[in-house]
Amino acid sequence: MINSVSKNQLNKIILRIFLYLILSVFVIYYLLPLFVMITTSLKSLEEIRTGSLIALPRNITFEAWGTAWSTACTGIRCEGLKPFFWNSIFIAIPAVIISTLIGAINGYVIAQWRFKGANIIFALMLFGCFIPFQVILLPMARVLGLIDLAGSISGLIFVHVIYGIGFTTLFFRNYYVSIPVELVKAAKIDGATFLRIFWSIFLPLSLPITVVTVIWQFTQIWNDFLFGVSFSEAGTQPITVALNNIVNSTTGVKEYNVDMAAAIIAAMPTLLVYIFAGKYFIRGLTAGSVKG
Amino acid sequence: MSSILNIKNVNKNFGKISVLNDIDINIDKGDFLVLVGPSGCGKSTLLNCIAGLEKINSGDIFIDNKNMSDIAPKDRDIAMVFQSYALYPTMTVEKNITFGMKVRGLSDEIQQKKLIEVSRQLQIENLLKRKPGQLSGGQRQRVAMGRALVRNPKLFLFDEPLSNLDAKLRVEMRTEIKRLHYDLGASMVYVTHDQIEAMTLATKIVVMKNGFIQQIGTPEEIYNHPANIFVADFMGSPAMNLIHAQTKKEKDNYQINIKLANGEVASLTEKRKLKLPKDIIIGIRPENITEMGSKNKQNAQVITSNVDIVEPAGSDTYVVTKLGETEVTARFHSETKVKIGSKIDFLLDLEKASYFNPTSGKRI
Repeated sequence: MINSVSKNQLNKIILRIFLYLILSVFVIYYLLPLFVMITTSLKSLEEIRTGSLIALPRNITFEAWGTAWSTACTGIRCEGLKPFFWNSIFIAIPAVIISTLIGAINGYVIAQWRFKGANIIFALMLFGCFIPFQVILLPMARVLGLIDLAGSISGLIFVHVIYGIGFTTLFFRNYYVSIPVELVKAAKIDGATFLRIFWSIFLPLSLPITVVTVIWQFTQIWNDFLFGVSFSEAGTQPITVALNNIVNSTTGVKEYNVDMAAAIIAAMPTLLVYIFAGKYFIRGLTAGSVKG
Repeated sequence: MSSILNIKNVNKNFGKISVLNDIDINIDKGDFLVLVGPSGCGKSTLLNCIAGLEKINSGDIFIDNKNMSDIAPKDRDIAMVFQSYALYPTMTVEKNITFGMKVRGLSDEIQQKKLIEVSRQLQIENLLKRKPGQLSGGQRQRVAMGRALVRNPKLFLFDEPLSNLDAKLRVEMRTEIKRLHYDLGASMVYVTHDQIEAMTLATKIVVMKNGFIQQIGTPEEIYNHPANIFVADFMGSPAMNLIHAQTKKEKDNYQINIKLANGEVASLTEKRKLKLPKDIIIGIRPENITEMGSKNKQNAQVITSNVDIVEPAGSDTYVVTKLGETEVTARFHSETKVKIGSKIDFLLDLEKASYFNPTSGKRI
């Protein structure tokens, strides 16, 4: 008896070790590129040329980061990523806020104020989520030209808002659909109007799904390259386009350390959003299914 | 007494499905109207129509003699309590109760005064700072009532408010609602599928089925003089016994023949002045079928039959026997000595019996 019990435990321990081993392999597999990026960005060009790819830097230097941020050349301009970083911020923040708000109101109407054809409209919006980016490039360019927003930051905000509404509506609709309709009925009898009910009752309930939507939209818009490269001009390009230009416009020596630093800078905001709001993200994704 | 709610010829349909047909109901100030029926009978839809949450397709609804058919819910001077309570989840109890007043722009002093008044009345003063999620079912129910009371409306609407509570709490809250009705002298419309709730609370009951009103009356009328087989069967627990029988006209009265389980025929005599067709259904409540020896009533008739099942229920004992094809429940004293399988005499009080037409189901 005693023997078999300890044998069982031994088996368990071996399995545990095996499990951790496999997991560690995957962790290394996923983190190795990041490791290489960070170490490379902290090395000098000289060291990169002579040392090994995965070796730790002998002398840590932030020179490449400084270059990437403020003096690296994107095409003929040599101002680093800085102006484009701000472009991306000025595009992403309004676009995220506007598309999230519109999605919230859309979802509220579709889930709680049932009207004739609500299902069809929702289905069409859902369909909008599946339209590939490339398909709308030409029509969108034409529309932007007509409304005089071509090549501007406002034009890019407009494009991202339109393209995002399908997703944000879907998120909010699925969240609000689990809220009992009696809540709206009670508020109507209490005398609250359409917008008052939304503002006082539904929005305060929406923190988890708002976080999900904001993360989703921010990641989409920040990481977007195609719209950015198609609908911008010299002064209004987002950071993804600038990053591409930095990497492609080298004269003579390839500055790997600057490229790596630039890539990390470009990815930093989405990384930070995940780190700070990630736990709400998981919570929000499952929140719709749990009744309050 | 003046009319507080007058529903005239109301029809309602969802697409091609009609859910309310020619509804006519009138109640006076201070009445407690209960709409009762099985699920899907249209009772909740009717309540929503009264509240203005559903539009009616034709007819009129008057509240306090004002035609409210096209008026928004907030202007109908009503308050409503929902089955799921529908408390605003992110607001405290206090905010839940004052939300309606705040929306209507009442001053802070009035809001506070009414809040204190109502929370004292419902004994929820110590809960005011909590959120609905931190309350028990019974407490939420009280808060939902508070939100209705604070409005001091002309008409209270209740949509199955007790069906989410456990059995004990349900009986407590039932008593409380009845007391509230008495204390306030308020007019109330109450929807339930529970016929005991209907009987205990109502001053007037409307029994519905498939969007049609089956009967309107006081609990006593509904219970003792059901208008048709459906009402007879639906109201009362255990249900009214419905027994097929043949009649034979004699000089002044009718002879009623019931076929027994063993093929024999039992004959009863109905002495009331009635006009009965040949085939009938007798409706007789369990409490009107008793044990021999318990004070013999006038017009009481004896049937001898086998005892199939004995169900002691504490205060009474239900005895089930078979007459013809139908199982018949009788209500005996709890001290009864009858045994399963024995053959005993059942005493039927025909004075209290109802007769129905077997084809139309209507009362004769």
